[in-house]
Amino acid sequence: MIRPTMRERFYAELGPLLDDEPRTAVVLAVIGASMLGDASARHPERVIDVGIREQAMVGVAGGLALTGIRPIVHTYAPFLVERAYEQVKLDLGHQDVGAVLVSTGASYDASTAGRTHQAPADVALLSALPGWTVHVPGHADELVRMLRRAARTDDRAYVRMSTQQNAQAYPADGLLHLIRGGAHTRPLVVAVGPMLDTVVEATHDLPVRVAYTATPHPFDARGLRTLVGPAPVVAVVEPYLEGTSAAAVSAALADRPSRVAYVGVPRDAELRRYGSPKDHAAAHGLDAAGIHARVKELVR
Amino acid sequence: MSTTTVPPPVFDLLSRVTGDEKHDPSAHSTLDVVWVLYDQVLDVAPDRIDDPDRDRFLLSKGHGPASTYAVLAAKGFFPATWLDDVAGWDSRLGHHPDRTLVPGIEIGSGSLGHGFPLAVGTALGLRLRGSMARVVVLVGDAELDEGSNAEAIAIAGRFGLDRLTCVVVDNRSDNHGWPGGIGARFAVEGWVTADVDGHDHAALRTALGRTDPERPTVVVARTVAEEAAA
Repeated sequence: MIRPTMRERFYAELGPLLDDEPRTAVVLAVIGASMLGDASARHPERVIDVGIREQAMVGVAGGLALTGIRPIVHTYAPFLVERAYEQVKLDLGHQDVGAVLVSTGASYDASTAGRTHQAPADVALLSALPGWTVHVPGHADELVRMLRRAARTDDRAYVRMSTQQNAQAYPADGLLHLIRGGAHTRPLVVAVGPMLDTVVEATHDLPVRVAYTATPHPFDARGLRTLVGPAPVVAVVEPYLEGTSAAAVSAALADRPSRVAYVGVPRDAELRRYGSPKDHAAAHGLDAAGIHARVKELVR
Repeated sequence: MSTTTVPPPVFDLLSRVTGDEKHDPSAHSTLDVVWVLYDQVLDVAPDRIDDPDRDRFLLSKGHGPASTYAVLAAKGFFPATWLDDVAGWDSRLGHHPDRTLVPGIEIGSGSLGHGFPLAVGTALGLRLRGSMARVVVLVGDAELDEGSNAEAIAIAGRFGLDRLTCVVVDNRSDNHGWPGGIGARFAVEGWVTADVDGHDHAALRTALGRTDPERPTVVVARTVAEEAAA
């Protein structure tokens, strides 16, 4: 059975969501518009495609929110977060209003499209602005739950869809979940979103515990502190810019002598290659072999 | 009460806003427009600042808020004493306004090119909610250089936002000019255009009071600075 992608589930969900939540409106810059024929036909006024105008897309979302509408804003991550970054900062945050930003094209998902369609720094950028919750679902079911819940609030939420998925969904409650237990003294490997299955595979022969979160910002500090004990040894495997979680994790462990490794998309070079997401994962050390090697250093 | 000039007490209030002389020309060039809006055009009042059906005035050109502050104080949105310590540590009024700090200020602005798309979204939101409230956004001619404003002009025209008015205060401060005039730039995108003397209160009232049933309206308000340069 071929599982639907997050993106397919997202588009399929928007019609019912508009039906059920009369405050919501979908704001697009062409991307996704052709997939929303049904939703658009039922709610023509509430599916707003501004054309290829990402700055105005976010500005319009801010204006909608100022009138009590709940905007759901969607396009490729680099256009949503990077091109319109000042709009995200000013037209949402500074106005003290919210929106649900839903991106596609996580990190190297768009490997064949090259750098223009990749934004591994998106979570770091959103985390640098006050008041945002960042969801990185690892499964389409988690995505739908996060989207539904966010649509009913006025918060600032970023939902990062990926073509990579885990086999199983976990509760989308913002908390850290222990996936593989063991002695309390064993190092803890935290997998973020779609990294979980790869992390489980990569560490099956290593003496570590594995935990999972689909909401890395704000990080579940209490859950982390409970799991790691007084002398934490932790690896955070994150499918975006390496070290994005560092500020949150070091703050959570500030009172303990700890050793923490971050495994993510390297910061120091632009990978000028095409190929598949699998190729990019291997090149970045984010495949099972790469993660195994990094975690092994930690447990030595 | 309609006036042909800004009443002297409002000038007195404006003179209390000091400390931002760099932006004085841009602030003072907007005084007539903002006064006419609040005195004769907009349906909004201090006791209705949260009324979902109030008219909205969005100051996109937020680097010149002195005249807006003076008019809001004159109309009783906040105490005039607030004007005496603009941008001080204990002041709610800064050199760029913050909507969360100032009653009657609809958006935080000042970085140019943000208020206009916010106004487009506000007009869309009000239309979705079935409100007849108007949205008036004030931009500067130089602010139109921002690409986000070009995006906003096109969208508002295409979506036929009949309750949206853009006032361009034209003090001819843009760097590279607008061939054919500012109004032409909006007209080609489907806007109704008006070109008025930005200090003529009767002309401003007429132009700002008019809306079209299907299209957004732009009012280009020429100021003294612009006329001096002409």
